[in-house]
Amino acid sequence: MEIKKTAMAGTLESSDVQIMLSQGSDGITFDLVSDVAKQFDDAIKATITAVLALYGVDNAEVKVVDKGALDMVIKARAMTAVQRALDLADEPNWEVM
Amino acid sequence: MATEERLRRTMMFVPGNNPAMVKDAGIFGADSIMFDLEDAVSLDEKDAARYLVYQALKTVDYGDAELVVRINGLDTPFYQNDIKAMVKAGIDVIRLPKVESVEMIQTLEKLVIEAEKQFGREIGSTQLMAAIESARGVVNANAIAMASTRMIGIALSAEDYTTDMKTHRYPDGQELSYARNVILHAARAAGIAAFDTVFTDLNDEAGFYRETELIHQLGFDGKSLINPRQIDMVNKVYEPSQQEILNAQNVIAAIEEARQKGSGVIAMNGQMVDRPVVLRAERVMRLAKANHLVDMEGNYIEK
Amino acid sequence: MKNKVARDIPDNILKQMTRKPFNGVTYGHPIAQRVAPKVRATTGRDKVLSSIDEVVAKTVADGMTISFHHHFREGDYVFNQVMRSIIDQGYHNLTLAPSSLTNVMNDIVVEAIKKGVVTNITSSGMRGSLGDAVSHGLLENPVVFRSHGNRARAIEQGEIKIDVAFLGVPNSDNAGNANGMDGDAAFGSLGYALIDAQYADTLVLVTDNIKAYPNTPASIKQTQVDYIVKVDAVGDPEKIGSGATRFTKDPKELKIAKTVNDVIINSVYFKEGFSFQTGSGGAALAVTRFLRQAMINNQIKASFALGGITKPTIDLLNEGLVARVMDVQDFDKGAAESMKDNRQQQEIDASWYADPANKGAMVDQLDVAILSALEIDTQFNVNVMSGSDGIIRGAIGGHQDAATAKLTIISAPLVRGRIATIVPNVTTVITPGDSIDVVVTEIGIAINPKRQDLIEQLSHVPGLPIYTIEALQQKAEKIVGQAKPLVFTDRVVAVAEYRDGTVIDVIKAVKD
Repeated sequence: MEIKKTAMAGTLESSDVQIMLSQGSDGITFDLVSDVAKQFDDAIKATITAVLALYGVDNAEVKVVDKGALDMVIKARAMTAVQRALDLADEPNWEVM
Repeated sequence: MATEERLRRTMMFVPGNNPAMVKDAGIFGADSIMFDLEDAVSLDEKDAARYLVYQALKTVDYGDAELVVRINGLDTPFYQNDIKAMVKAGIDVIRLPKVESVEMIQTLEKLVIEAEKQFGREIGSTQLMAAIESARGVVNANAIAMASTRMIGIALSAEDYTTDMKTHRYPDGQELSYARNVILHAARAAGIAAFDTVFTDLNDEAGFYRETELIHQLGFDGKSLINPRQIDMVNKVYEPSQQEILNAQNVIAAIEEARQKGSGVIAMNGQMVDRPVVLRAERVMRLAKANHLVDMEGNYIEK
Repeated sequence: MKNKVARDIPDNILKQMTRKPFNGVTYGHPIAQRVAPKVRATTGRDKVLSSIDEVVAKTVADGMTISFHHHFREGDYVFNQVMRSIIDQGYHNLTLAPSSLTNVMNDIVVEAIKKGVVTNITSSGMRGSLGDAVSHGLLENPVVFRSHGNRARAIEQGEIKIDVAFLGVPNSDNAGNANGMDGDAAFGSLGYALIDAQYADTLVLVTDNIKAYPNTPASIKQTQVDYIVKVDAVGDPEKIGSGATRFTKDPKELKIAKTVNDVIINSVYFKEGFSFQTGSGGAALAVTRFLRQAMINNQIKASFALGGITKPTIDLLNEGLVARVMDVQDFDKGAAESMKDNRQQQEIDASWYADPANKGAMVDQLDVAILSALEIDTQFNVNVMSGSDGIIRGAIGGHQDAATAKLTIISAPLVRGRIATIVPNVTTVITPGDSIDVVVTEIGIAINPKRQDLIEQLSHVPGLPIYTIEALQQKAEKIVGQAKPLVFTDRVVAVAEYRDGTVIDVIKAVKD
C-alpha cells in the first residue's frame, strides 16, 4: 500500500509520541528524536515498522518525536497515523488491530 | 444478572486520548475506571483515542478494577467504531451517554451483539450502562434501567440535565433531588447500580464531602469522579463505622451458627434475623474489607 | 578490583588517588588526627576590601584549592563573580571544592575547565551542561563526589585542604561576624559553609549587607575571617529557595507519600520521641503532611526533624509535634525566615549533621529517613547520580549519610515515562543496599530481606502490598520493555566515594 497523504498522530505531551508519516520511496526511513533513544530507539522503530507492515506499507518516511511513550502508546499512535495516511480513519481495518 | 454484587463506589473518568493518564489509571484503587471517548476527546482525535484505549485495554494491568468505556453518542458518526473497537478489546462495560429511551439501549445492544459475533467474543460478555442527561431520560429511567439484561447500572449526568431543566448546579443540590431519586428507584427496581454525577470543583473539599454524604444517605452505589484524589474521599464516606462492623460480624456469626446447626432460621440475641439484615451485614463487611478496616480473618482493626 | 557492592574499581584509579575500595557500611572506631588551618593574625582593621578582583589577587595562587557553599542554590551571584575574576586574572590548575554545584554555576565552570583554570573538582554533585561536559570527558582528572558528611570528614582529615574559601553571606559586620538568617538574600542555616569557615586557611566573606559591629547571632565568627568584600547583591531571593511550598497534587506522588506514611506508622520506630528526615520534593512534603495527621491521631511527638528543612516541618515545630529542628539547610523561604525567631530551630554544621568520623553525628541518632532515587536495583543499591542516559545529573547530598537511619525508606515511582526506576543493576551505586530498608512505589513496597523484623511488622497491614524487589523490577520491565544497555568508554570521569572515603563506584565517559 502507498501512503496517500501525509498524516500525523499523537502529541508532544510527556508519555506520548508524535508520529508523522509521508510518502517514501526507499523503504521505511526514520527521523527519530527521543528522550530515551539510547535505550529504546531500536524498539520504537521496530514497533512502528511492524504496524506499517500490517497495513502493507513498505515505503514511508517516518518522523518520530517521542516523549517517553510506552510501547502500547507507540502502537496506538502508529495505527492512528497509518489509518489517516491511508484514508481509512472512518472505516478501520479491524483485522490488523 | 445478579452475579456477585460488586462495590461500585468510585467510577473514575480517564480522558481517552491522554497516554499518561490512561497508563496510570489502575494505581489509584478506583472500583471502576471509565475511559472517556466522548466529551474529553476533540472531534478530530476520536480515532486516536479509540486506538489508544484499545491498546491500553489489551496491554495494561488494571488489577481488579471494572473497566468501563464511555462511547460517543448515537447522534454522532463515531459510536459504531467505538463499539467495535471496545468489544474487540474485551471491555467490561459500555456506557452510553445521553440515553433517553429504551430504543437507544436496544440499538446499542444490537451493535454489541454484532461486534461480539464479529470478533469472536462470548455473546453477552459485554455489559451496558446508561447515562441519563435530560428530562426525557429521567422520565423514562425505569424502562431504560430494565431495557436489557446486560444493564449493570444507570448514572446521572448533571451538567446536561440541569441545562435541559433550565437551571444550573447549586451547592445544596436541590435542583437534582427529583432526578436522583428517580434514577435510584429505577436502578433498585431493576436490580442494578446507581451512580451519582461528577463534582467538578476540585478545590471545594467540603462541598465534595457534602454531596457524597447526601448520595450515600440516599442509597447510591457511588459516584462518577474526575480526579483520582476524590477516590479516598468517597471511600471514607462509604466506610462503615466500628459499630456497624461489629454488628455485621455478629450477624455473619449467627448465619454460620445456623448453617452448622443445619437450621433454616437465623437467630441473634434470641431474635430472628431477616433477609434485609443479612444483606446489609454482607454489604458492610464488603465495604469494611475494601476500606482495610478488617484483617484477612475478618477481625476489626483498631485505628 | 571488585568492591563490596560488586563494582569493578580500576586498580590504577585506586593507586593514583590513594583510595581503598568500599568494604561495607560499618565505620567502627578508627582514631584520626584532624588538621588545623593556618591563621594570619590581625586586629581586624584591614579586612574590608573594595572589590572581588582585589581579594582574588590577594588570596589566590596557581594550584590552590578554593571552595564555595551552595546555600544560595539557583539564586547564587557570588560563585559567578568570584570565578569570573579568577578566570580573567589568568590563574591555573585550581581545585574546585564547593559543597555542591548548582545549575547557575555550570557555564562558568565549563569555561574554567576549558581554559585550564580548574583542573580538579570535588562536589556533592553536578547537573545540566556541566554534568554533560564531564560525562563527555572534558575534565582530565576524575571528579570526586562526596556526601555532605563525607566532605566534612575529608576536610577535617586534610583530604580536602581548602586554601581559600569564598563564602557568600546575606549579612556581616566589618570584622566578619555573619549569619544566614537576615538580609535580602537570607537562606537560613549556613550548615555546609561552617566547615569551610572552620578549616580554610584563608576565609573571604562576600556580602551585600554590612551590619553594625558586633553582628549577632554570629554563625561565622570574626576569629575565622580574613577578608570581607561588599558587592551589590549576593543572591536572587526569588531563586534561593522555592517560594511558598506547594503541596503536590500529582495523584501518583500522593499515593506514594501515603504509602510511605503507612510504612512509618506501622513500624516500631513510630513512637513517642522518634526522629525523622524527609528532604524536599513534592512527595516528601506530602509525607510530612500525612505524618502530621498520624502524629496527632496517635498522640505521638517527635524529638527532632533533621537535615534539609521545609516550611511544613517548621509548622510541625510550631504546633508542638516536633521538639527540635536540626537544620543544616533550608529549602524554602518559610523555613529560612523562621530560623532567627525560633530557638528550637538549631543551625547545625555538616559535621554535626552527618560526619561518620565524629564522636557521634545527628544521623547516628536518626530513626526514619525518607530518601529519593533515580534508580534502585535488586540488591537495593541506589543511584542518585547518573541519569538514564548515563550522564551525570545528580548529587549525593546527605543520601549516604541519612541512609544509616534505623528505618531508611526510598520513595520512587516504579517507572518514570519509559524509564524503569527499579532495575537489575543501577548505573552508578551511590548508597549501598545494605543501608536501605524499604522501597516504596505507587503499586506497593519491597522490604530488604535482611530486615526480617520489618517484614514481620509490615506484612499484616491491610492495603499495603508487599512484593520482592525482584518482582517490582519485573513489573517495571513489563511496563517499559527491555532497555538496551548503556555504552561507556573505559575512561573514568568521576569517582563516587562512600561516606568513609572509600570508592563505592566510578563513572565512565559516555559513548555517543
